[in-house]
Amino acid sequence: MTTHTPTGDNSLLGETVAMRKIGRLERFLGPENYRVLMGMFKTPASIMGFSLIVFFVIIALAAPVIAPPLNPNDPYKIPRDGFKADPQPMGSPWNRNQPPLPFWWKPIMKTDQWVHIFGTSQGQYDVFYGVIWGTRTAFTTGMIVVISTFLIGVVIGSVSAYYGGVVDNILMRIVDIMLTLPFLLAALILAAVLTPKIGRSLVPSILALITFGWMGYARIVRGDILSTKERDYVMAARVIGVKDSRILFRHILPNAIFPTLVLASLAIGDVVLSFAALSFLGIGTEIGYADWGQVLSFARNWIISLNQYWYIVVWPGLTLVLFVMGWNLLGDALRDVLDPRMRGKT
Amino acid sequence: MVTYIIRRLLLVPVLLFGVTILIFGMLQFLTPVERSALYVRDIPKTERQVDGIILKYGLDKPIYIQYWRWLVGTIDPVTGERTGGILFGDFGWSRTGSQPVAELISTRFPNTLDLTLWAVAPVILVGIWLGVQAAVHHNGFIDQAGRIFSIVGTSFPTFVFGLLMLMVFYANLQWFPPGRLSTDMQAVVSSDSFKTYTSLLTIDSLLNGRFDVFLDALRHMILPILTLSYINWATFLRVTRSSMLETLRQEYVTTARAKGLPERDVVYKHARPNAMISVITLAGFTVVGLMGGVVITETVFDYPGIGKAAAEAAGQLDVVTVLGFALFNGLILIVANLVVDILYATVDPRVRLS
Repeated sequence: MTTHTPTGDNSLLGETVAMRKIGRLERFLGPENYRVLMGMFKTPASIMGFSLIVFFVIIALAAPVIAPPLNPNDPYKIPRDGFKADPQPMGSPWNRNQPPLPFWWKPIMKTDQWVHIFGTSQGQYDVFYGVIWGTRTAFTTGMIVVISTFLIGVVIGSVSAYYGGVVDNILMRIVDIMLTLPFLLAALILAAVLTPKIGRSLVPSILALITFGWMGYARIVRGDILSTKERDYVMAARVIGVKDSRILFRHILPNAIFPTLVLASLAIGDVVLSFAALSFLGIGTEIGYADWGQVLSFARNWIISLNQYWYIVVWPGLTLVLFVMGWNLLGDALRDVLDPRMRGKT
Repeated sequence: MVTYIIRRLLLVPVLLFGVTILIFGMLQFLTPVERSALYVRDIPKTERQVDGIILKYGLDKPIYIQYWRWLVGTIDPVTGERTGGILFGDFGWSRTGSQPVAELISTRFPNTLDLTLWAVAPVILVGIWLGVQAAVHHNGFIDQAGRIFSIVGTSFPTFVFGLLMLMVFYANLQWFPPGRLSTDMQAVVSSDSFKTYTSLLTIDSLLNGRFDVFLDALRHMILPILTLSYINWATFLRVTRSSMLETLRQEYVTTARAKGLPERDVVYKHARPNAMISVITLAGFTVVGLMGGVVITETVFDYPGIGKAAAEAAGQLDVVTVLGFALFNGLILIVANLVVDILYATVDPRVRLS
């Protein structure tokens, strides 16, 4: 098949149509999907969101350098400086169990003494370490949950839309039933039931968030497929005799799924938020695991003296807020682009 | 309208059946011994006791028989007494609450309802007001500010916001303490002279003429109300704004303007009532959500509602209790969703005709 370059002899069109060069990415994605993708990098807010996410990606990748672990085989265990209950203030020196000094500390601070930059929490867990390595936990859980829920949602949604009738009815009633319980309560219960079976780790919470998280995607994908089925190009494909399966996989699915895919990837922020909420309630990872909700939950025992120990809430809290905000800023820009009234505008 | 209601009512048994199956399914993750908390107080210790209880309550029978017994309970052949049976309101024994689950729910639920009643007005009215203002001043300063507010609002986890509130207003300023009542007021409430009418503390205190108790109860609820408002405003602002913008673009609004009506009347009498239609559903779900117990908010502020009880039970892996709460929550939600849907259809004829 030869590719037709859009810039040909357009002399007949004259000045009426402005010519635009179409890049490889745009040709690959199609004009509508390309517009969606580009729309996310237009406003200052969305660029700020993107920068925040890039910032956290760098922290997650560089975690071993920013805060070197005490035991490289078990880096998610927050090192403890003793066992005293009371939190220690920011900048207090490491006494026991000191992890290796990061390379950037000496040139900046001109000292060999590694300190608790954000202080320590209850039980002398280093807050800074928890915040840095918690970024990795956040990305891991967020990506696993988002990818799994999205795949389940796509499968259920397309089966439902493709077969219709009884299958559609049963699947959508299951979706209704699973949506009846409030999301967080349902996830909390399932995680609590699974924890004794699996043991304290990331797995119970992740499984719980997946089990009660796919229904939204199933609904959206189903709706998108049903409406894409009616588009002219599907009709055109049918008219020239393309096979049903090829229509579904090559024409309907790619066009129906792309907006949902983008939407799903931005849901990482929400997933991390729910995950942190479960950890905060004491479900999931073992105590001392580098995970933001866990670090924040230490503050529950020090509410009366939070004026003194503010750093055990503010630093992990701020990190979590900025992380979620990055995804939300991008999501907000996306919502504008996906608004049907915006269709056709570049 | 009648067909719509009938069609909607037919969905209720399906949902009820589904939710009980869902919860019963999660119960199957427990061992038969752990599941015995559905029927007996003390977890059996010796092997003989264990066998006896498994035999008596049929915990080793096929799943569908267990499900049936879970629904209707087991009748003792000698005494004729019924144990268990969620249809008869017996949700089992709560290890963490040291009382039957149903009793635990009935003592905690009034507190949650009390908080809900006080939070509804600020959450919904202010949220809608913000949304209308943002739409009227589309792309203006208020709109942009509202946009930033709603992004920040949805990004703020409830527990972080709650902890910050406690840090400022409790630890630093000592204005609003967590919990339900101060100790001296608690003594008043538990004394004999304080009569219980509705179990809702704020209403009961007024009926008893104890204004000090009322104020104290309110003082403990300010921060939870503020937190609930803050996290819900963002959603209300968004939904009201887009619905209002949509309505303001309609032709009858242009007609109203062309007739020379003052902008005030156009916005508040012509556009707003119609824009409210889609907000009603959101409001309904929000109220239901609040009644179902707000797990995180109640936990952070140590407010003894059903959300906190559920979180505590989950934290100590007391599954029978947690599932009892889930069941209760599911029932509330199914009934309330029904009411919301019917109300919605009454307001908007387009829904019942589709």
